[in-house]
Amino acid sequence: MFGYPGGVVIPIFHQIFNAPFKFILSRHEQGAVHAADGYARASGKPGVVIATSGPGATNLVTGIATAHLDSVPLVVITGQVSRDMIGNDAFQEVDVTGITRPITKHNYLVQDIKDLSRIIKEAFHIASTGRPGPVVIDIPVDISNGTHKFSYPETVNLKGYKPNYEGHPNQIKRAAKMIAQAKRPVIYAGGGVVISDASKELRELVKKTGIPITTTLLGLGIFPETDPLSLEMLGMHGTYYANHAVNESDLLIAIGARFDDRVTGKITSFIPEAKVIHIDIDPASVSKNVAVDIPIVGDCKTVLKELNKIIEPPKIGPWVQKVMEMKKSNPLTYEDTKSRIKPQFVVEELYRLTNGEAIITTEVGQNQMWAAQFYKYTEPRSFISSGGLGTMGYGFPAAIGAQLARPDKRVIDIAGDGSIQMNIQELVVASQHRLPIIIAILNNGFLGMVRQWQQLFFDKRYSHTCMNFSPDFVKLAEAHHAVGIRVTKKDEVAPAIEKALSITDKPIIIDFQVAKEENVYPMVPAGKSVKETIMRELA
Amino acid sequence: MKQHVISVQVENKFGVLARVAGLFSARGYNIDSLAVSNTCHDEVSVMTIVVSGDDRVIEQVKKQLNKLIDVIKISDHTDISSIQREFILIRVSAQPKTRSEIIKLGEVFNANISEISPKSITLGIKGDPDKIDEVVELLRPYGIKELMRTGRISMLKDM
Repeated sequence: MFGYPGGVVIPIFHQIFNAPFKFILSRHEQGAVHAADGYARASGKPGVVIATSGPGATNLVTGIATAHLDSVPLVVITGQVSRDMIGNDAFQEVDVTGITRPITKHNYLVQDIKDLSRIIKEAFHIASTGRPGPVVIDIPVDISNGTHKFSYPETVNLKGYKPNYEGHPNQIKRAAKMIAQAKRPVIYAGGGVVISDASKELRELVKKTGIPITTTLLGLGIFPETDPLSLEMLGMHGTYYANHAVNESDLLIAIGARFDDRVTGKITSFIPEAKVIHIDIDPASVSKNVAVDIPIVGDCKTVLKELNKIIEPPKIGPWVQKVMEMKKSNPLTYEDTKSRIKPQFVVEELYRLTNGEAIITTEVGQNQMWAAQFYKYTEPRSFISSGGLGTMGYGFPAAIGAQLARPDKRVIDIAGDGSIQMNIQELVVASQHRLPIIIAILNNGFLGMVRQWQQLFFDKRYSHTCMNFSPDFVKLAEAHHAVGIRVTKKDEVAPAIEKALSITDKPIIIDFQVAKEENVYPMVPAGKSVKETIMRELA
Repeated sequence: MKQHVISVQVENKFGVLARVAGLFSARGYNIDSLAVSNTCHDEVSVMTIVVSGDDRVIEQVKKQLNKLIDVIKISDHTDISSIQREFILIRVSAQPKTRSEIIKLGEVFNANISEISPKSITLGIKGDPDKIDEVVELLRPYGIKELMRTGRISMLKDM
């Protein structure tokens, strides 16, 4: 459990004092909720976070929205003023259920202590089943101060909530037939495959059919990116071959993905010739942005198991050959230099020196995209990033949660010099718990992604994106009982990473002073089609 | 933009109305009318929502409504046969010489004469929404001083 105490949650903390679970005290509520989120994404179990009323609760809001957009199971407990004070503008009172209504899967205001155990049971059930998401339980202090005989219900009975796990058998048959007849199919798989633990079934589907596969940002790792059939990530900063293969396909098989605008680009020119099969547990995601020919509402794992039983491989030799040629002739690349440190090079070195076995968390911006592009993911839950909301300051607290969930893994937060400052107060939490998280700051002295947009689309007016007045990250690390390493030359990159990897009892910040105006390519500009992809720096 | 009539069965709990209304307001949609009431089951309420909007967006809102934990069932009564009723209170200017004319007009529509004052008549009329629109137009020339409608309720036909 992650959290932070305050006035109206003292009765709950009074009991947490002797609780049989580990409690992690954050230094800001936002740190606690992102850590719970990182814990949930790394483990697959719901994360739990607690904060007090008023500012405690509002500090959670960004983290709750982050979890909501990426379908992360969280149970969020907030304190509330006592029932007789609600609505009186009491001290530290806000309408938590009102504020969090559009950013939760469900929320509760407990009005009777008799309901409390049922609500907690329901909250965990709702958070972790169907399409997961955050559930808030707002508990007035007079209720948490009260007493009632505890009985935990064994079952949940919610009339309006019965997620459908089984796909319709006829739809699965139709899909199998459509796949067998396809000439240019592509699989597009996303975070839903991670959530439903369907990576094995997905790999089996690819093995049986030989269809090339691309994943979304949140789907990284569900299929090994080292496999020839992997086209890696698609979308705004996806690979040339993923985007072009999708664009030229005659059948797109979407699995646990939701056709986000960062994936489709200009929606009217997306997949002009393709039929669409869409497997998703959330009926509201089907035919939302893109018309679907065969919708299959159900759990990815359950549906893929059934599909794999009856699937016949399509005859797609020439198509696969064409896609492989695209892959060969348009690789992900960057212009390396002899002495300057390119951010992409740092990510490649992290990949090499961890044998691709680390859990990577990211902040948001260029750091996130380079981490997605140049580290190759082979296992689900090894890439943890705020995709939907794009929350700067997410990666480091999420790394704390991930490291606590997976003490056997090396956890690295690939950060920017901007993002890392947003939740840097959590560094001391990592030190306190001796978590050997590596914070790899790709320090370019800019809010790089916004600067990139300003360069490309706003006449290079770098309005307030220059961060040339940042803390000394080495001293900052030392002040937080962590290790700080500064890297200014290319040949120091590998030794610094090796040194960091040798430290196992405290966090390490590596301040990589990288090339200042490096851009993320390829880039499909927002609202544009794949044909308008910018491949590299224009002279 | 087409007008849609959506009937939503919900848990009879506090906060449900805000959840349902929030899905429309978040998309910038104004609800034309909304009626909420009990049903024959104590724990279930029914909402009849009339809203104008793009078909695709309404389809999405319906799916989102379905996702709400407190929503039990949704049916779209827009294009299927249903009994739709509404009640209106309408106050029109009435001078001694127009009074009997207005009352006669009201009788044609089975209106209930709710109040007669020296300067006005207040009629209560129930019926399907088209009929009520018609009455309003017929009474308009006399001068409408005040008007309110309950918003429609809609029940699917049993055959």
